[in-house]
Amino acid sequence: MARITAGVGCSHVPLLGVAHDQGKDRDAYFAPIFEGFDWTREWEKQEKPDVVILVYNDHASAFDMKIIPTFAIGCGESYKPADEGWGPRPVPDVPGHPDLAWHVAQSLILDEFDMTIINEMEVDHGLTVPLTMMFGDVAEWPVKVIPLAVNVVTYPPPSGNRCWALGEAIARAVASFPEDLNVQVWGTGGMSHQLQGPRAGLINKEWDNDFLDGLVGDTDRLRRVPHIEYLRETGSEGIEMVMWLIMRGALGKRTTAIHRHYHVPCSNTAIGHIVLRPDNGESLDTRGGSAASDAPLTA
Amino acid sequence: MSEPRDIHAYLAEFEDIPGTRVFTAARARQGYHLNQFAMSLIKPENREKWKADEAAYLAEWPLSDEQKQAMLARDYNRLLDLGGNIYFLAKVFSTDGQSFVQAVSTMTGVSVEEYQAMMNAGGRSPQGVRSKKDSN
Repeated sequence: MARITAGVGCSHVPLLGVAHDQGKDRDAYFAPIFEGFDWTREWEKQEKPDVVILVYNDHASAFDMKIIPTFAIGCGESYKPADEGWGPRPVPDVPGHPDLAWHVAQSLILDEFDMTIINEMEVDHGLTVPLTMMFGDVAEWPVKVIPLAVNVVTYPPPSGNRCWALGEAIARAVASFPEDLNVQVWGTGGMSHQLQGPRAGLINKEWDNDFLDGLVGDTDRLRRVPHIEYLRETGSEGIEMVMWLIMRGALGKRTTAIHRHYHVPCSNTAIGHIVLRPDNGESLDTRGGSAASDAPLTA
Repeated sequence: MSEPRDIHAYLAEFEDIPGTRVFTAARARQGYHLNQFAMSLIKPENREKWKADEAAYLAEWPLSDEQKQAMLARDYNRLLDLGGNIYFLAKVFSTDGQSFVQAVSTMTGVSVEEYQAMMNAGGRSPQGVRSKKDSN
């Protein structure tokens, strides 16, 4: 049976893809950012997930204003990196997992989530930057990816509560897939940033770190944070953090953090990431059981 | 339920954030062709046409004169007011060879250097820029 073994929350700043692709990731500016992911890269090598359900937002690459799906799931065989205005990133095509993706899509729809199904699209930095941060420079991505795209561009985006509930439904869908698969769920994007208007450059470290705190343990207070609070406190693009709640909802009642990192600045934004284990104290132990699960919490 | 049931109250709050244009449905409707024009620049052949003659390329799109003028002037605050969305407008400044920091700083009233220095010092504090009506 497929099982969710971990969740990752991670910003997806495009500049990080550029820095990596140009070999600048250990420069003075970028080193404090990339060093925060060293632990996670080693951990991923040990974890060897089969599939990542990667929650992200498209930034006017696969979707333009013609069609704006609130929740969309990629069921394709593979996805090419998108040209975002400066040519596609020189990274491998992203392999999909159509069997699990179609299964999850069906399950979510029966669970009353109106998913848009995508069979062909290109994926932008929202999806490829987190892969680079977690897996580094690779000839092929060592994992299959199910892209799950969320509209956080045109208002209103889905509520935090709805995102959390979608995560819970993803957990039910994965648990009912008969093949034995190690599945991770990633929620990407976000942390403080505002890319527009005279208030651009807003950073709220206190709020961001309180949000990270709220992902750990058995509280579900984050699902009730309204959109306006993200916008007031973390900037207009900080709304992307609702996508982390899909990841969090998929991990069950309780989580333990096994790695955490936060840094300002990264281009116009704060960069944060957190690695969580489901720790439900319920009948099913969904922890992966690797040595990494005993690793100390890194502040 | 984490959002108000009253959509008018929900939308009204977005107008209370200083220096911020939330991409509401009203802006999406106003800026449809502006954003679709910007989106067209993800194709290399369109970038070449645009760079060769900006006004001629713009003339192919049903934009208002105001939108065309703001685009030619790269007046990004004005473009936001006219329905532009920053993720779409990013195709324009990427084609110009500008980074997010360079383009975004032009909306803030300070130089690129001052803006970068602000980010390197931890960014803009939320103190005083959360709410117009509460002046905090």
